Amino acid sequence: MALSQTGHRRNALWTAALIHRVSGVLLALFLPLHFLVLGLALEGEAALGSFLKWTENPLVKFAEAGLVFLLAVHLLGGIRVLVLENLVWRDAYKSAATVAIAISFGVGALFLFQVI
Amino acid sequence: MAKPKPALNVSIWRGRTDGAYQSFEVPRQDNQTVLDVVTYIQRHLDATLSYRFACRVGVCGSCAMTVNGRPRWTCRTHVSRVTDGDDTLEIGPLGNLPVIKDLAADMRPFFEKWQKAGGKFEASTDRHAPMAAISPDGPKRAAASKAIECINCGICYAACDSVRWNVDYLGPAALNRAWTLQNDERDAGHAARLRAVAADGGCHSCHSHQSCEAHCPANLNPTESIAGLKRMTVQAYIRGELEAEVE
Amino acid sequence: MSAIRTATRLYVLQRLTAAIMGPLIIVHIALIFYATHDGLTATEILERTRGSTIWFGFYQLFVISAAVHGAIGLRSVTNDWITDRPAALNAIMWGTGLLLLILGTRAVIAVIAPGAA
Repeated sequence: MALSQTGHRRNALWTAALIHRVSGVLLALFLPLHFLVLGLALEGEAALGSFLKWTENPLVKFAEAGLVFLLAVHLLGGIRVLVLENLVWRDAYKSAATVAIAISFGVGALFLFQVI
Repeated sequence: MAKPKPALNVSIWRGRTDGAYQSFEVPRQDNQTVLDVVTYIQRHLDATLSYRFACRVGVCGSCAMTVNGRPRWTCRTHVSRVTDGDDTLEIGPLGNLPVIKDLAADMRPFFEKWQKAGGKFEASTDRHAPMAAISPDGPKRAAASKAIECINCGICYAACDSVRWNVDYLGPAALNRAWTLQNDERDAGHAARLRAVAADGGCHSCHSHQSCEAHCPANLNPTESIAGLKRMTVQAYIRGELEAEVE
Repeated sequence: MSAIRTATRLYVLQRLTAAIMGPLIIVHIALIFYATHDGLTATEILERTRGSTIWFGFYQLFVISAAVHGAIGLRSVTNDWITDRPAALNAIMWGTGLLLLILGTRAVIAVIAPGAA
């Protein structure tokens, strides 16, 4: 039987830190693909163009919105860390973390709304 | 006559790192702490239960255990605050530490890391020198005073996932103490201690989850202290002062 | 190389590249919204980037920063969740960094260099 010792994770800042980490990993995995797609331009405009046609598929749009969300949330989480480590401590940082995640959802949703 | 309260269903960890939760029924009282519950079990139900406590009033930190998954001082945790109306309680030893037996965790790794982080004051004078004139309001002293009340209970260490995931990580308490000493103008060990906290497993392994700050019963903020150490190490690095010790 | 300076150096580089990329990402996201608001075509992208020194500077800085930041970040995650063996950690770090740097620079050249029709 295992000891149950993970109750400490039920707090907003821990969740924010985990989302920050997971979004970073996913972005790192996505980036080579992004670079490969852009690299299609080496074969000429048509090569890139036909790939972009494929991305008009709604499922792809949904995935892209997800990526925009990941980027926004990783950026905001990173700003939290930079502020926390370099500026004077404020207790308001706790709620700022929740606000940051909400803003990121907003940015991702806005993107989806625009491209669908 | 008042309706008798339902008994508490208490699961207590028995064994070492390998073991199991054992169930007990404990009569409920009006003003009852989790430490009262553990004591009741040991005195009336099972004398073989091992646990640690000392002051029972929240000044020594010895009674820290995992209660419903979270590290807490059991003498300062009222049962009514952690049972949520369902009368169950799960109690285990403090996390991220080897288990000696039942509810007693082995604090040695915690204290070894304390020493490794330079958690010891290094004197720069002797008893014959005049008292150091340090204003309590100066920024360094204020920073040290803010973090100085740590009684090494181990709760922050148990709550920290960086401790859990990174076996070398010195941990919030050790680094918090190092921060207070780096701000102590009387201390002569600043350079060596900065090297200790800048090494692998030092302050840079903190990812600012802030679980330490959320759980510290003394309301300390190791994340803030560690952020201070990060700034110190970066400044030293840029100025070329972070030299390795000659092997 | 001193392990102490290495740990601190990795930390400094991680935070520095993060600070550099902050403004770059904001521009990038704004650009994504602007570019996609009436459909995205290769022509539109390349018209903006081909032969542009400014966009070259922007994207190459972005690529270098992302390569360093991603490499050090993955090293941290690997250390916490997979293994703490230094050889493995360094392999993952250098592998990620070089992969991102090479593919990224190739992508920058692809969209900047005046090219095939």
